[in-house]
Amino acid sequence: MSAVAIRCVAVGKSYGAVQAVRDLDLTVRRGTVLALVGPSGCGKTTTLRLIAGLEHPTRGVIEVGGQVVAGCGYVVPPERRRVGLVFQDYALFPHLTVGENVGYGLAGPRRQRARRVAEMLRLVGLAGFEGRMAHELSGGEQQRVALARALAPEPVVLLLDEPFSNLDAELRRALREEVREILHRSGTTAVFVTHDQEEALFMGDEVAVMRAGRIEQVDRPEDLFHFPRTRFVAAFLGRPDFLPGRVTPAGVETEAGLIPLHPPLPAGTAVEVLVRADDCDLRPGGAATVVARHFQGPQHLYQVRLPSGRTVHSLQKHTVHYAPGEAVTVVVDPGHPLVCFPVDGPRAGEGVLAVARPQRRSACG
Amino acid sequence: MLELRALEPAAVGRGRRPVGVPPLVAVPAAVVGAAVLLPVAYLVVRAAGAGPEVWELLWSPRTGRILLRSLLLAGAVTASTVLLAVPLAWLTTRTDLPGARLWRVVTALPLVVPSYVGGFVVATALGPAGLLQQLLYRLAGVERLPDVYGFPGAWLVLTLFTYPYVLLSVRAGWRGLDPALEEVARTLGERGWRAFRRAVLPQLWPWIRAGALLVALYTLADFGAVSMMQFETFTTAIYVQYQASFDRHGAAALALVLVALTGALLAAADRPGRGPQHRVGLGPGRRPPRVPLGPWRWPALLGCTGVTLVAVVLPLGVLLYWLLLGLAHGEPLVLTWRPALTSLALGAASAVVTVAAAFPLALLAARFSGPLALLAGRIVYAGYALPGIVVALALVFVTARVVPALYQTPAALLVAYAVLFLPQAAGALRAALARVHPSQEEAARTLGRTPAQVLWSVTLPLVRPGVAAAAALVFLTTMKELPATLLLSPIGMETLATRVWSAAGEGFFARAAAPALLLVLLSSLSLATLARQEEP
Repeated sequence: MSAVAIRCVAVGKSYGAVQAVRDLDLTVRRGTVLALVGPSGCGKTTTLRLIAGLEHPTRGVIEVGGQVVAGCGYVVPPERRRVGLVFQDYALFPHLTVGENVGYGLAGPRRQRARRVAEMLRLVGLAGFEGRMAHELSGGEQQRVALARALAPEPVVLLLDEPFSNLDAELRRALREEVREILHRSGTTAVFVTHDQEEALFMGDEVAVMRAGRIEQVDRPEDLFHFPRTRFVAAFLGRPDFLPGRVTPAGVETEAGLIPLHPPLPAGTAVEVLVRADDCDLRPGGAATVVARHFQGPQHLYQVRLPSGRTVHSLQKHTVHYAPGEAVTVVVDPGHPLVCFPVDGPRAGEGVLAVARPQRRSACG
Repeated sequence: MLELRALEPAAVGRGRRPVGVPPLVAVPAAVVGAAVLLPVAYLVVRAAGAGPEVWELLWSPRTGRILLRSLLLAGAVTASTVLLAVPLAWLTTRTDLPGARLWRVVTALPLVVPSYVGGFVVATALGPAGLLQQLLYRLAGVERLPDVYGFPGAWLVLTLFTYPYVLLSVRAGWRGLDPALEEVARTLGERGWRAFRRAVLPQLWPWIRAGALLVALYTLADFGAVSMMQFETFTTAIYVQYQASFDRHGAAALALVLVALTGALLAAADRPGRGPQHRVGLGPGRRPPRVPLGPWRWPALLGCTGVTLVAVVLPLGVLLYWLLLGLAHGEPLVLTWRPALTSLALGAASAVVTVAAAFPLALLAARFSGPLALLAGRIVYAGYALPGIVVALALVFVTARVVPALYQTPAALLVAYAVLFLPQAAGALRAALARVHPSQEEAARTLGRTPAQVLWSVTLPLVRPGVAAAAALVFLTTMKELPATLLLSPIGMETLATRVWSAAGEGFFARAAAPALLLVLLSSLSLATLARQEEP
């Protein structure tokens, strides 16, 4: 079988005048988990339903397991696509037992099906639950049954539509680790839809950020986080602050002082530097004011107002104390590259990596 | 009552309903839709093909008088049912009325009394030389009571035996009302009556309107009560026109005016966005606190008892009185069994046929979007505007002229029942379908099942309670149905309903009592199954 489990080429889906998905290109390699993340209404669930065959694309071609399932006026119905789908509301059949739910998609002799059901329930940690009814289970258990049911017929790809959003935070974290483990152990190719950036970065081998029906960027989670290619992706991940500044030969001149990083941009270009709370350090005394302190267990998150009124955040060890109202100086010296976004010009809004240029390299060489 | 749900707008947009309708659903739906529309279309053709004398009939002062009487009666009955039902609904759901559970059942009971039985009871109890007058004569020598025949009788009968439509609707509305809204209004500084008027009433209003609409439509379509109380409205005029003179053009023209009237009423009530609203908030809804009545519970109890005495105890008592009187004078009971079996068989057959016919339409309206689904919803809704007498008349024409093989057969009668009760059945089914989340069907598709297999293995098992409710409802209403049964029954076929009507019409009250009681009893059984579904 081909190494590509899902391929979408120039896929579009409109509902009347509304374009839910436009010109979408996406490739998911076998055995990997792709997390599809974006604000609500960005078209991620529609994308999932297009792959499952529950919606038909108005344009483009979709391949699942190397075979065209939609495109060129040809559509394979969902029951012949071999995709598993885990719904946000689990969609367990209330009139069937857990065992019958998991065995619903299986064919073949009864004994073989029973064995597969037991195997799947063991995989999700619910061995022996065959005879229970769905409503007797807790939310987390129902979600695991839904997962077992979708995995039982050995789908080519597993699609998960915000599967944890109905669970409370604690259970959500636990189940997320468990599901990631199950997916990797069974070597399942999966597309995971979520609006939670943290969940996307955790679950995905690759993460695709969607915006207004388009894919903005697909990358490994680390790359996406540290090198967002657009301001939208940057703003979406890791609750960043944007510091306006100007490129100078010595670095980027900002309200919080000179940042010794050099984007490959002409001097004088107006940029916004993407800084996260861990990039900003605080020193006592100065023109900035501490606005608030948020206790976060081992760390404190400080909210600091710069003289211009703009606020930035700074993460400090719990041993460091500044009182609200105290005067401080913000120092940005991350020791690693940061991303800048030119404010105007042809590359406006586009991520440009600013690196620490080796000092006086030309003089030595 | 379940049938009210058909008057609700389609479930709030899920947004993702498929537009393309598979032939599996579209073809049966189209057949049923045509069956609903064809009779009326045929009436139009017949009326249009008639000569100028039809226009003379339509523009005659008599038609104007009938129109005025029909409207007056519908208006009066609607107003009085609302005034009676809203306080009753509040008392039985929102207060600490002693025995509230029992009152909830008892106050809905008048629904099982068919209007012609109600008419018969009121006529023999309150009419000239009736039971009340005899009693008063013996006690106080009263020789004359105000005449109950005509408008007062029709108004009284229809109010007493249709107010449960409003009651059940308002009660459902009150049950669905989030008590938090009333509390929010109070935290915003509104209290008591003002909070009720500004926060509760606007939300209850759609439910009151839905119930009132049903009562108004029922009154316009009613044949039994008005003919028993000798108050001429459209239905009786059509019947007389048809029976007495066999003037089919005239009857068809009058029937069209009646349909225009009910259709206009239905259309006027169908303003978008004004249907019963749904709870917006998230989180579990709480059970509302009960209002303590304090010393007011005595007048409240008195009121409930009064309504029950007149609407439940009086009919049963009068029927029992006539039954015992008849037995004492050697009236044979045996004769009742044949009509009873016929009624049961017709009711059961009608339940099967109607529910089967309603299913594709309900599925189309509940599961798909696009013009076809919209049309299905409209057809079901429009069915409420078809009075029994009109459907019966249309089917008499169609079977006599186009398919003589069906003329005067039970099959034609079943078609009439299916057309008449389609809205109720489709409403109950649609409500059941709306509770099955589409994601369950989609999950089944992704697990390798075809649409037909999904329908069989997921949808049908999940809507089984709705199917049972729809069948019970159709069974109940078929047994009570009078005008279509009168017009379409094969010669010699007698049901409980036609037997009550003919016996009472000829003044054999004792002979009408046994079938009437049996009818009430059987109807109660159906209502009991429905009530069990209504209670959580």
